[in-house]
Amino acid sequence: MSTSRLITSAPNQWCPGCGNFGILNTVRSVLEELISEGLPLENVVVVSGIGQHAKMADYLNVNSFYSIHGRTFPAATAIKLSEPDMRVICFAGDGDAYAEGLDHLIFAAKRNIDITAIIHDNRVYGLTTGQYTPTSPFGYKGKSTPAGSREYPFNPLEIALASGATFVARGYPPRAEHFQGLVKDAIRHKGFSMVEVLQVCVSYNNLYDFYEEHVHEVKVTHPSSYEEAAQAIRIWDYNSEGPIPIGKFYQVERPGFEEFSTLDNLQTVDREAKLQETLARLI
Amino acid sequence: MDEVSILVGGIAGDGINEAGITISRIFGWLGYHIYMYYDYPSLVKGGHNFAIIRAAGHKIGACSDMVDVVLALNQDTFDLHRARWREQTIVIYDRDKVQATGTTQTSGIPLLQVLQEEGGLPVMRNICMIGGLCQALGIPWSVLEGVLRKHIPKFLDANLRVARRGYDAVSNQSTITPLSDPPLPVLIGNQAIGLGLLRSGLQAYVAYPMTPSSSLLEFMARSAQEFGLQVIHPENEIAVMIMALGFAYMGVKTAVGTSGGGFCLMTEGLGLSGQAELPVVVLMGQRTGPSTGLPTYTSQGDLLFIMNAGQGEFPRLIVAPGDAEEAYYWSGVAMNLAWKYQLPSFILSDKILCEGLYSFDSTAAGDPGDEPPTLWSGDGSYQRYRLTESGVSPLAFPPQLGQVIKSNSYTHDENGITTEDAAIARAFADKLQRKEESLARELDGYETVKVYGQGKTALLCWGSNKGVCVEIANKFGLRVIQPLVLSPFPVKAWEAALQGVDRTIVVECNVTGQLSKLLQQKGYNTDYRILKYDGRPFSLEDLEEEVRKVIA
Repeated sequence: MSTSRLITSAPNQWCPGCGNFGILNTVRSVLEELISEGLPLENVVVVSGIGQHAKMADYLNVNSFYSIHGRTFPAATAIKLSEPDMRVICFAGDGDAYAEGLDHLIFAAKRNIDITAIIHDNRVYGLTTGQYTPTSPFGYKGKSTPAGSREYPFNPLEIALASGATFVARGYPPRAEHFQGLVKDAIRHKGFSMVEVLQVCVSYNNLYDFYEEHVHEVKVTHPSSYEEAAQAIRIWDYNSEGPIPIGKFYQVERPGFEEFSTLDNLQTVDREAKLQETLARLI
Repeated sequence: MDEVSILVGGIAGDGINEAGITISRIFGWLGYHIYMYYDYPSLVKGGHNFAIIRAAGHKIGACSDMVDVVLALNQDTFDLHRARWREQTIVIYDRDKVQATGTTQTSGIPLLQVLQEEGGLPVMRNICMIGGLCQALGIPWSVLEGVLRKHIPKFLDANLRVARRGYDAVSNQSTITPLSDPPLPVLIGNQAIGLGLLRSGLQAYVAYPMTPSSSLLEFMARSAQEFGLQVIHPENEIAVMIMALGFAYMGVKTAVGTSGGGFCLMTEGLGLSGQAELPVVVLMGQRTGPSTGLPTYTSQGDLLFIMNAGQGEFPRLIVAPGDAEEAYYWSGVAMNLAWKYQLPSFILSDKILCEGLYSFDSTAAGDPGDEPPTLWSGDGSYQRYRLTESGVSPLAFPPQLGQVIKSNSYTHDENGITTEDAAIARAFADKLQRKEESLARELDGYETVKVYGQGKTALLCWGSNKGVCVEIANKFGLRVIQPLVLSPFPVKAWEAALQGVDRTIVVECNVTGQLSKLLQQKGYNTDYRILKYDGRPFSLEDLEEEVRKVIA
């Protein structure tokens, strides 16, 4: 892996068997494919939050904005608005996207800003060594909930769908080919795309066996149907055993926030003349 | 009359602010310098709003308690400001709403009847009163008509008819002499800040509405198309700050605006600006705290907060303009230097400057220019955080063919990759400090401390108190020393300003004397403090009385 031009020389610090490796490898492969299809590498920007997932920003040898906990989407929104040709990929954890920064997820979806959100949802806080998250099941015994969590999880895909996301999918990296297809479709999608990733934390919440048993690929008949998407998304509530559908649940086209930008990138406006006009109007 | 003060008051919804602006423009057309204070409670309809417009033959930035004319659109305006009346104060009132008792110098206008007969709208009551004002002060009809034609083109004919009725309903009682000075634009501090930012290359403005910064958001939103500006009002101030930093990463010059509560949310992102060296300009419009406090009233209670906001240690520029011209110039400088040194810069303002109306002399303001930051030469492999003597790493922005540009909130190496190495951590802490030293050196070339007068007793003030301090100091032969930059503190200029001073009086709108604390920290003890913390600005009389007590 270290020989790839897409990987930096930063030493990898994930635990052996960490679910993040599968995401990193998949993203690298997808980027290689997109580059071979004509995407200029310099147009790619990775934005990450804070958490084990966020080390993607250090490991991927592409432009990156390593932000702070929960704040990937506002930064990514501004990057896209600045330069519509940029391909902006956000990596966020469940703590990032669903707890600390849930408002930003909702608004990014609402704006349908043309960025991609890849959510490393391991359903436990890894970096802070084992607390419950918004998608941990009721009764989850973490370090902050030794007697078991007293909250039911919410379904982040329902939130994304209801908020206006135009591409909603769930993937499981060990189903490598399927997952790679989802990531690629999401990055190519024009609008706000979200891939909820069942990423496994081997140290604090090893769900490999559970997912292997319950995960199954689905294909919705009409990806543009909100109702079908909602139905597929609700099959699993993050609390019960399953079945757990993975796949692309929803994809529609809708104008994105960046299409309404008034930013004068080329600086064609004669500022001094405009300032004089403005002052004259104020006399 | 070569100076006049007018109070116009009514309920929220009566268009009191608009009336005050129109009156200010009329005096502007007559060659006067104006200053207007607008006082309103935090509600949309009802309550008691009033504006005091002061016009003079010279530059002013403060109001007197006493007024020469009262325009009363409601009973409160008539009743609550009696202490401001002089013997010869002219009172014009709405005969339908106001019981005018205990005074002779009054003219009632039957506003309801006028509106009915002229087909006017309820919002035109203020225009009728302004008509009366112009007649009372001997202001030519042509001036009023000209101002209305230019600034209130909507329902122009009805407005003119209503204004004329007011003009004819009142008798002439005084004469305002037109001055020979050319008319100056009239604008609020926030507009001056906006224009200064635009002058220095602003490309994006991001804000969540909050008094007293909201009028800058409105001004920017209205100007967006014309100036090619991106204006965003996102979900909260956390997003505001992070969006600004996303723009900065891409090389888009961005400013944000807020007040105390909103800034609390921004402090998280402020640290990211410091650590990742992403420039941003923050308009911080102070209002009375703590917490929600007095939302529509003023304060200078956030200086030490702004100086220290954010965890960890990183440099910041804080400028504190005292009037519209300084707001224009220093907002531009704040933008230029934020980018030159890749750090957050603050325009520390308050309700009085943000929303106060000023005559604006662009020649006197000076031109901050649009200065380019230090850009990468394009040679070799780009390093976002290259260590240099000045502490400033040359900038490059994506997309950059063959290069990788990494911005990072963690302690990082020159390439922007996270590190926990002790030596690198130290080197980068030193780098940030070197930037502050470089910035301080550059600031030596600016007039960072203004001095007015020669006295041995000096009033020390910052921000919007400049106007009232200069006038009172002038009266008593005192000196005024006004730091325009508060961080990095301009030590050399301060030393020079203090030459020959043997007594210092700090004048501030806060309860703990934050400038005097800052000065003490820098090794300058001050002798007296005059503090006002009721949300209202110092009037000329307020300060005069307090200064008298000290120097008596």
